[in-house]
Amino acid sequence: MPELTSTRMNPLLDPALHIWGWEIPVYLFLGGLVAGMMLISGYLIFSGRYRERTQCACYQVPTISLLLLTLGMLALFLDLEHKGFTWRLYTTFELTSPMSWGAWILLLVYPAIAVLLLLRAPDAWGAKWHGWLRPVLVWSSTLRENPSAVRAIGVLNMLLGGMLGMYTGVLLSAVGARPLWNSAILWLLFLVSGASSAAALVHMIAQDRDERELLAKADNGFLVLELFVIALYLIGLVSSTSAHQQAASLLLSGTYAPVFWVFVVMAGILLPLIVQILAVQHKVKHTAIPPLLVLFGGLVLRFVIVYAGQTSHWIPVTAAALR
Amino acid sequence: MARFGMVIDTRKCVGCMDCVVACKTENRVPEGYNRDWIVTEVGGKFPTLNMEIRSERCNHCDHPPCVHCCPTGASHVHDLGGVVLVTHNECIGCKACLAACPYDARFIHPEGYADKCTFCIHRVEQGQLPACVAVCPTHCMYFGDLEDPNSDVSRLLATRQHHSVMPEAGTAPQIFYLT
Amino acid sequence: MNSLTRRKFLKIGATSVGVAAAGRYLYDLPGVAQAIERGAGDEDVQTIPTYCDICFWKCGVIAHVAGGKLWKLEGNPADPLSNGRLCPRGTGGVGAHYDPDRLRAPLLRKSVRGQEEWIEVTWGEALDFIAGKMQSIKSQYGPEAMALFSHGIGGNFLKHTLKAYGSPNIAAPSFAQCRGPRDVGFRLTFGEDVSSPERTDIRNAKCIVLIGSHLGENMHNTQVQEFAEAIEQGATVIVADPRYSVAASKAKYYLPVKPGTDLALLLAWMNVIVTEQLYDAEYIAAHGFGFEQFAAEILHNTPEWAYPLTGVEPALIRESARDMARFRPATLIHPGRHVNWYGDDAQRSRAIALLNALLGSWGRKGGFYYPANMDLPGYPYPPYPKSDKGKVDNPDHKYPFAHETITTGIREATLTGTPYPIKGWMVYATNLLQALPNEAETIRAIQKLDLLVVVDVIPSEIAGWADVVLPESVYLERFDDLNVEWFRDPFISIRQPVVKSPDDQQPNWWIARELALRLGLADYYPWQDIEEYFRFRLAAGGYNYEELKEQGILRGDRQPIYFDEGVPAEFGTPSGKIEFYSLQLAEHGFDPVPRFTPPPEPPPGYFRLLFGRAPVHSFSRTHTNRVLMDMMNENEVWVNADVAARLGLKSGDRVKLKNEDGVISNSIKVKATERIRTDCVYLVHGFGHTAKGMRHARGRGASDSQLITRYVVDPLMGGTGMNVNFVTIESEG
Repeated sequence: MPELTSTRMNPLLDPALHIWGWEIPVYLFLGGLVAGMMLISGYLIFSGRYRERTQCACYQVPTISLLLLTLGMLALFLDLEHKGFTWRLYTTFELTSPMSWGAWILLLVYPAIAVLLLLRAPDAWGAKWHGWLRPVLVWSSTLRENPSAVRAIGVLNMLLGGMLGMYTGVLLSAVGARPLWNSAILWLLFLVSGASSAAALVHMIAQDRDERELLAKADNGFLVLELFVIALYLIGLVSSTSAHQQAASLLLSGTYAPVFWVFVVMAGILLPLIVQILAVQHKVKHTAIPPLLVLFGGLVLRFVIVYAGQTSHWIPVTAAALR
Repeated sequence: MARFGMVIDTRKCVGCMDCVVACKTENRVPEGYNRDWIVTEVGGKFPTLNMEIRSERCNHCDHPPCVHCCPTGASHVHDLGGVVLVTHNECIGCKACLAACPYDARFIHPEGYADKCTFCIHRVEQGQLPACVAVCPTHCMYFGDLEDPNSDVSRLLATRQHHSVMPEAGTAPQIFYLT
Repeated sequence: MNSLTRRKFLKIGATSVGVAAAGRYLYDLPGVAQAIERGAGDEDVQTIPTYCDICFWKCGVIAHVAGGKLWKLEGNPADPLSNGRLCPRGTGGVGAHYDPDRLRAPLLRKSVRGQEEWIEVTWGEALDFIAGKMQSIKSQYGPEAMALFSHGIGGNFLKHTLKAYGSPNIAAPSFAQCRGPRDVGFRLTFGEDVSSPERTDIRNAKCIVLIGSHLGENMHNTQVQEFAEAIEQGATVIVADPRYSVAASKAKYYLPVKPGTDLALLLAWMNVIVTEQLYDAEYIAAHGFGFEQFAAEILHNTPEWAYPLTGVEPALIRESARDMARFRPATLIHPGRHVNWYGDDAQRSRAIALLNALLGSWGRKGGFYYPANMDLPGYPYPPYPKSDKGKVDNPDHKYPFAHETITTGIREATLTGTPYPIKGWMVYATNLLQALPNEAETIRAIQKLDLLVVVDVIPSEIAGWADVVLPESVYLERFDDLNVEWFRDPFISIRQPVVKSPDDQQPNWWIARELALRLGLADYYPWQDIEEYFRFRLAAGGYNYEELKEQGILRGDRQPIYFDEGVPAEFGTPSGKIEFYSLQLAEHGFDPVPRFTPPPEPPPGYFRLLFGRAPVHSFSRTHTNRVLMDMMNENEVWVNADVAARLGLKSGDRVKLKNEDGVISNSIKVKATERIRTDCVYLVHGFGHTAKGMRHARGRGASDSQLITRYVVDPLMGGTGMNVNFVTIESEG
């Protein structure tokens, strides 16, 4: 291998790229989680379940979604280096920038979730609503009387949730300079992981027994799917260029392999999957442990991919050789 | 339309870093930051060695991923010469462009915006050469219009063997190294 | 190029410049953003010519001052040394003006020497103190007891003051620690020095031979420019170096010579050229003296003889020698600059001179030209007082061929008090602790002094030992003596202030003059102001001061510089010829033709310590310059990759070097590389500062000087061979 030395010494870049800290993985995780929750709540609304169940999870989920999304946005905002100019995101739409897509999707996601939240307003706060908020309640009540509108709101949430979930992956996969991220399947991995995390979270907090069971089953499905996508993702990298192979080795045998295999694959997918399969077969009791593991695994996945991706590179710059 | 590019003769370059110093003073690049730098690549086994010294910087790529990924349009291709620039007061400092650049040519300026080589477009507009080219004591750097067949850069590329850095990254870099 | 619309222009302005500064700038420069936006040539940007002082090369500079603040430095296109292009140090000279660590006020020592504890005093107090001490030294020991160590043109006025005071002991490390052996070797052969800037016609050379000279890393501007030009024109480059230098990477032949055996290689090259009759017979017949004896002397120095000594394969020696001959006389065996290595340096340099003589390159295009100058008269001062004691550095002409003062000779005399005591040192712009070998010896000598004055711009190590430190203005803030250069094209250049000194610093001419006035030497400073001095000298030479001030440079007509052009082939040797065989050497008991004696080998486990230059630093004097420190802020120890692997070291690991006398260096990073032999290690000189005031540089990298406790004195001229120290590599932690 050639001896390569560089005189450059720029912060965040040398000796290895490290431009994104904890904020971005946290944002990607929360974004994915909210996306999954939108899919779930959208489905529950769309399917009309909310009418049969007084304690439909779809009533709690939007509130939590809004909270988590706001936390995620806060993390994202913290990462920006030129915060005073954040408004510039909304003076343009950049077709080729996933970040721009994301900014606009987030702008649409908020009202979509809010509308979902409003659907429950008459039940939850009906008596307390007064004054200028009254018209909102009236509007919301009218909306509820219109099943096709309600279904449309469900569809809208599912659609925007899907877009949000996919975009978090595309944000990274569009970065050709970092071979680990440069996989066309990354969006699917993040979407499925978001869905499994969301299913886990909702499963954990759902008050309705049937819904809980349904979400546990869904989560199992998502987890199986996630395993499959991870396999495809790694196969895709390994069968690509040597730069991609080197990138894959970060997860397969390199620095990030222990965390990836132990926390993401074993503790975050396999273990909860087995326990939850037993749970839906009523062989063990439902506990909060498997969903918590799934959530934890989903968070670690984002950290591993973001951090390892930043050390994957086209040029094998030897860090020690730098100045 | 002009297409600006650089041709650097690695046979003449001694890696003295004058290009880096000149960039720093011309553009007031803050302490601890570099818009350009020297890479030395050594191959072989002592004493049968070969060495290439390269003055590197933003490649002002024809397919600039840093421009494509920018959410605000702050990163843009300049009308003149296809030079890739950043408008400071449009940049939000999201660092997507830093991640997108296979050359790690960008950095976050202490003021928060993404910064990098501008080909000294402010000088070029005045008919001067970029500071790094103008200062080079070995005259190993050439700057000009790659689309003009009579320019120094075009003539050198037509007559000398050359390569660019990491063409496999697929960004169509516009800085060429004569070997 | 397209014409520029207003809109486009504004966008560029915003894009490339930015607005108000909040970050850590190298220097605060509020006016510049707008200035750049409007572009160069704008009335807000003032351009003032001067010449550089980051090294001794004295390149012409155009300083750009925006809104009264220094912005950038560019080369003066009218200057034949820089051709409008400065070297990285010259370009980075901006950082010298803005250096936050620079000396700001005169300092008087508060506690014991070397503690670096000071009282700030006024110039009047400082100069009165120095003058008082100097007067008492004069009355007690005579004026000879005061010595001056000076480097660069800036020291001219202090030299003048010291000479007027009556001291003959004025020395620069550039002789005994740098280029002295080379100049002696060439004097013995051609009767003339190589001088500075070197009279090497690199631009026109068709074959360039570098032996232990790492041009390119050694950033002497004109030489590097011409080296690149020669490469472009297809010159054959031959490099002999224990290290695969930058120049080696440009070479057709790289000879990985074993350190200390260069003379053997040179003799073998000459052997090939002589035995294969490849030399310039006509030239030698016309100008040579003692060629037959010379040829007989080197008959046994075959490439096969040299192989086990140098490690360079005979075929490589032969082929490279033949290439040298192929391009003669446009073959230049570069004399190098820092050549104090093994104590046989004057003879080695003489061998380089002889190889050039064989190829007929002296006085020929592509070899060594005859420099010209503008012949500007000096200022008509009264004659200096004559000393009957003579110089102190070279008693009884112990070193018969030393034609300049030996710094280490003054140090020796200071230590021993013989031939007579030295009681005062004045040190101008040279960090003696890093420049002279064996730091401890220098410190012991300092302790014998009644007075140590250091005049400098930065608080260097030597300043730390001073009794009085005088803060000089940086070159960009002061006038200095006129540079009447000996060069291919004759010229006169001026150094003038481009910005004001930020604090209480003063230019050296003012310091020297004020001191002289206090010493009662007013007769030697009839002019009040340096511009008066300039006007007088220039008028005497028939030149216009205003013109020089405006252009920075006055150029003279090109004069003949080669024998072919009419330079008379006269040689200042005893025989009046090029001396292949030197009777004067024989007379003094030295080899009339150089002979090789192998230097001692490193003990097992030890490596020979080699040092050299980096293009972004000058000596140990640029390490507080933030611009240049950003380019290179520490040195690394180069260790052969295989050796490093054997020692379990990789690039970036931190180690300490320990020499045979048990001196341990600062912590330094390893550079494990293929680019060096296995029997030596290499580091860039000038790092590893210990001075408290050099806040930015302190503790970064290791100092080779600290490890150079041993040195071998050249018996011909008193130079100190410094590549004779061996070190082990001590892993850290």
